[in-house]
Amino acid sequence: MANTYSKVGEMTTNDGVPLKVSLRRSQRKLKLWAFLLVAPLLVFILVSFIIPVVNMTLRGVENPQVINIMPNVVAELENWQGTQLPDEAVYAALVTDLTMGRKNKNIGKVATRLNYERSGMRRVITGSARKASKLKEGPYKEQMIKINKAWADVGVWSLIKRESGAFTSSYMISAVDRKTNDAGEIVAKIEDKQIYVNLFGKTLLMSFSITIICIVLAFPIAYLLATLPLAKSNLLMILVLLPFWTSLLVRTTTWIVLLQSQGVVNDLLVWMHIIDEDGRLQMIYNQTGTIIAMTHILLPFMVLPLYSVMKTIPPSYMRAALSLGANPVTAFIKVYIPMTVSGIGAGSLLVFILSIGYYITPALVGGQSGLLISNMIAYHMQNSLNWGLAGALGFILLVIVMLFYALFNKVIGIDKMKMG
Amino acid sequence: MGSESDFLVQFKNVQKSYDGVHLVVKDFNVDMVKGEFLTMLGPSGSGKTTCLMMLAGFETATNGQIILDGQSINNVAPHKRDIGMVFQNYALFPHMTVAENLAFPLRVRKMGQSEVTDKVNRALKMVRLDTFANRRPAQLSGGQQQRVAVARALVFEPKLVLMDEPLGALDKNLREEMQYEIKHIHEDLGVTMLYVTHDQVEALTMSDRIAVFDDGIVQQLASPQSLYEQPCNAFVANFIGENNRLMGKVLSVSGDTCSVELQGGGGTVQAKKVNVGQVGDATTLSLRPERVLVNPAQGSCANLVNATVEELIYHGDHTRTRVSISGSSDFIIKVPNTHNQQHMKKGEAIRIGWDTDDCRALDA
Repeated sequence: MANTYSKVGEMTTNDGVPLKVSLRRSQRKLKLWAFLLVAPLLVFILVSFIIPVVNMTLRGVENPQVINIMPNVVAELENWQGTQLPDEAVYAALVTDLTMGRKNKNIGKVATRLNYERSGMRRVITGSARKASKLKEGPYKEQMIKINKAWADVGVWSLIKRESGAFTSSYMISAVDRKTNDAGEIVAKIEDKQIYVNLFGKTLLMSFSITIICIVLAFPIAYLLATLPLAKSNLLMILVLLPFWTSLLVRTTTWIVLLQSQGVVNDLLVWMHIIDEDGRLQMIYNQTGTIIAMTHILLPFMVLPLYSVMKTIPPSYMRAALSLGANPVTAFIKVYIPMTVSGIGAGSLLVFILSIGYYITPALVGGQSGLLISNMIAYHMQNSLNWGLAGALGFILLVIVMLFYALFNKVIGIDKMKMG
Repeated sequence: MGSESDFLVQFKNVQKSYDGVHLVVKDFNVDMVKGEFLTMLGPSGSGKTTCLMMLAGFETATNGQIILDGQSINNVAPHKRDIGMVFQNYALFPHMTVAENLAFPLRVRKMGQSEVTDKVNRALKMVRLDTFANRRPAQLSGGQQQRVAVARALVFEPKLVLMDEPLGALDKNLREEMQYEIKHIHEDLGVTMLYVTHDQVEALTMSDRIAVFDDGIVQQLASPQSLYEQPCNAFVANFIGENNRLMGKVLSVSGDTCSVELQGGGGTVQAKKVNVGQVGDATTLSLRPERVLVNPAQGSCANLVNATVEELIYHGDHTRTRVSISGSSDFIIKVPNTHNQQHMKKGEAIRIGWDTDDCRALDA
């Protein structure tokens, strides 16, 4: 017993080993086991999720084209003030780089890159490269300006200098409908080209509407599920889960069949003389179609958490409220609904975050007006091949999702949520 | 019992069936006097909670009348019945503080703010929880939650308070403490209480009258004392307190005693005739363990039977002695631990005796 306390305040075991050390030692094996058990999942997430996310985010700021393909120009421009045209040395470097780039067949990358910032630059670069490679000797300044007047524009040189770093903020700036003008100030794009901020706004608004519709539709279903006798609630549960087990594509195309202007719903309405032949409703290939189809697909994500919360609420709470004199409506609003808040929160979080990033359904039934931001990201990935902008948009989307997650956490508390 | 107008609650021929095939409550009749503490006691599934739920309005009676304060309430919605209720799981609203829970019944009655505060404070003081007003139910111990539930059922001064096994979730010590506390609240406020439990000790401790339920029927409705000392059938005798049963056959009947031949060759004994048919019928003799004497003095007992000591269990204040008698080996005697008590040994042959009045001949 004498050595149980070696120093004041520090406990030791009977052998004199500090208690904390001994505890750590005894738990080491368990901790190692725990880590080994989660290791496969950790590796999987790292390879299939974290690395791609970081990679795409980096693409939103990386800027390798100008610095790698036009190294001489970048070096010569370093001391350029940017107020008047650069001197002969820069033009000589330009000719060297253009010739080199043409020979290596990678000058097109620079052309594309600069064209993102200033339309017409693709032609300037490729055309100049073709002609510059034929130039025999200097001075090059006059000859280059003769080849293309753009080389007499200080703005073009400012652009090249601005994009000569290994990293750029221009994708991010572009993703929020802004651009850098020749003076280096960040200004709004012309109105016709402002699409992303509006699209982000529309995506949030539609996700919000879908979440609200899901809450309204799911609440009664979940209540029924939680209160019906087991045999009936099992059947209902199968009906709720049925869409889950059906292919996403099948479900979405079913909505096309139902909602298109020559579709089942319109035919029925015409047949019942509610609308006439010319008044057929446009319910698909627009926002309405996207909202209907996505609500249908995401509804189970709202029903299940709500159900799991409601199932744990014994009938005695409603009974207590009634016996205390509250009428059924008051009892439901004041007692029952507050007790389901954790379920509403969990369901809303799932539905909202899923719909913010939803891609396939809006792509199929969204038409023009029903497209979401993820469709725009996909467009830049697959069609315009502007991966930098796609990365920047994706990063902004990720930040928005995280902001909402933090907001939910603050308001409802993630630890209180029941995910079903 | 007073006249019709003194009755607060009346069940008249109430029947209840859930499936249209079986009756859960077969024929329930009870009249509750104002200020009474009535307990419905019975094993689970005996129909006692169903009766309580019918009174509260959460179940409808299949047949019969339930009358509250002179008016039939069969078609009155639960929230208009003005009945306070304490649930087994307390059903305190987890998203409200203790004070908000207590204020809930007052607010739905549109009471003024100052009156609400006043009544809530008084109710909290009554259950000695005035310092806990701003806590959430989850931050209270089981006993404290229980007291809040009781206060909430009383705060709006209902005509009647129902309690559905309210102490079932508490540990033994706390349960006993709460029994007294609820009993005292009942006495102080004079409120009428209908209490449901399956714990006979609880029922005996707290009640003015107890209705013993079994199989959808009230087996006996009487005060705790007469239930224990004068059970009217074998079920009640067994359910309330500890009981020795001896099976036998009625040989003869004279006045309110009868002689019974014990099954198993134990001889013939005299018993008080309570619930037996005619001569020749089978009967169950009921005998409380503390009313049996070991080796009584000659002539002091009407009945003397030979027995063998099977087991002795020391309980401090008494020794539980299991003996075999008349072929059955589960006959229990409580031998009090007095200073001149002789010590028995296992296997010893003894004579036991009892008064005719303590041995009740009941239905077989």
